[in-house]
Amino acid sequence: MINPMRQLFTLCFILIFQALAFASPNEHETTNEQLSEKELMKQEIKEVMGHHLVDSYDFNFLGDKEGNHYGFSLPVILFDDGLKIFSSSEFHHGENVVEKGGNHYKIYHGQIYKTDAAGTINYNENHFPTNEQPLDFSITKNVVMIIVTCLLMLWLFGSLAKSYAKTGGLPKGVGRFFEPIVMYIKDEIAVPNIGEKHYQKYMPFLLTVFFFIWILNMFGLTPLGVNVTGNIAFTFALAIMTFLITNFTGKKDYWLHIFDPLGDSMPWYAKVPLYIILIPIEILGVFIKPFSLLIRLYANMAAGHIVLMSLIGLIFIFQSWIGGTLSFALTFVIVLIKVLVALLQAYIFTMLSALYFGFASAEHAHEHEEAH
Amino acid sequence: MVGAGLVVIGVGLGIGMIGKGAMEGIARQPEAAGKIQTAMLIAAALIEGIGFAALFAV
Repeated sequence: MINPMRQLFTLCFILIFQALAFASPNEHETTNEQLSEKELMKQEIKEVMGHHLVDSYDFNFLGDKEGNHYGFSLPVILFDDGLKIFSSSEFHHGENVVEKGGNHYKIYHGQIYKTDAAGTINYNENHFPTNEQPLDFSITKNVVMIIVTCLLMLWLFGSLAKSYAKTGGLPKGVGRFFEPIVMYIKDEIAVPNIGEKHYQKYMPFLLTVFFFIWILNMFGLTPLGVNVTGNIAFTFALAIMTFLITNFTGKKDYWLHIFDPLGDSMPWYAKVPLYIILIPIEILGVFIKPFSLLIRLYANMAAGHIVLMSLIGLIFIFQSWIGGTLSFALTFVIVLIKVLVALLQAYIFTMLSALYFGFASAEHAHEHEEAH
Repeated sequence: MVGAGLVVIGVGLGIGMIGKGAMEGIARQPEAAGKIQTAMLIAAALIEGIGFAALFAV
């Protein structure tokens, strides 16, 4: 069908053009700048990069040189002998010490610490602050992005399901784009790994995780400055989900494979010396498999964003025709690769989760051993 | 610094060898190209995962 392909193509183009439009000013500046100007530029670039990669308490879309920020502040919710809710605009972008109910709080490097009235922060010998941190439940930029994605997915797939009911099983409109993807996940990821009998149980999780990670990765590539999947706490939560599901729906064979991998092939007195080595490795494996999922997604996304931001900053540093255009072309290529990586990482996460679920719900796989 | 360079060499070699095996497989049996491509991407992503983990640890 021509229409969905064209829609997909236009969507990709819009995403890429957002990155381009973000980078295009300043390309025509002439050379012969002072050295201090370049240093200032580097400082500014570092600030913008840090701001794009790290979670923050306010949404900051644009900022010009006079210090005006366009965006809005997000609420801060702390739980520190009592619930305290206030807007993060009281922090005035990190300069103010806020007092609520006798406790003083200050933002240092994007995190809230409890200080005294003067806002002192005590450092230990590695220059890390040793102040206490209150329990922080605030709605930060990442949380807003997660909520927006959840609502988007609910609306999108909810209306898709309803449209299926109306047309009696035939997709129309956006359904034509999503149906092959869902079928692919079912036929190529879920069924070969989990088997025909049990894959229905795990399909909702696999589908949700796939589209969630894909959409969040795509949002990270836009100039909004949100970087949810490049945040280790977020991928940690996803990996914990996989870990819990694997271990709580594991059948008897799964635990048998961990604690008794050799099975009937050897008598018990021969297995004991081997098991002293094997069983700790298997137990470690239970934890390392979701851990690798977490690290893979986090490192791919965070490193990708850092590279992308650095390349865009490179355009601003090379204030000449040749340097600017070349780094612009390089950034363009890297953006295309990042769009592919966004999809690929979502796919890999889903596939490996399906593999682990397959291990967990495997049963009666020993029949082939008795056949010979 | 040197560690990061070594890690990248390892990842590059690994993914290169997978690519070589994948090319040979597709050349021998063009109708299995889809499955071979899928398997190649999976293996490449796994190796890249280790590479990134090591890079961040360094």
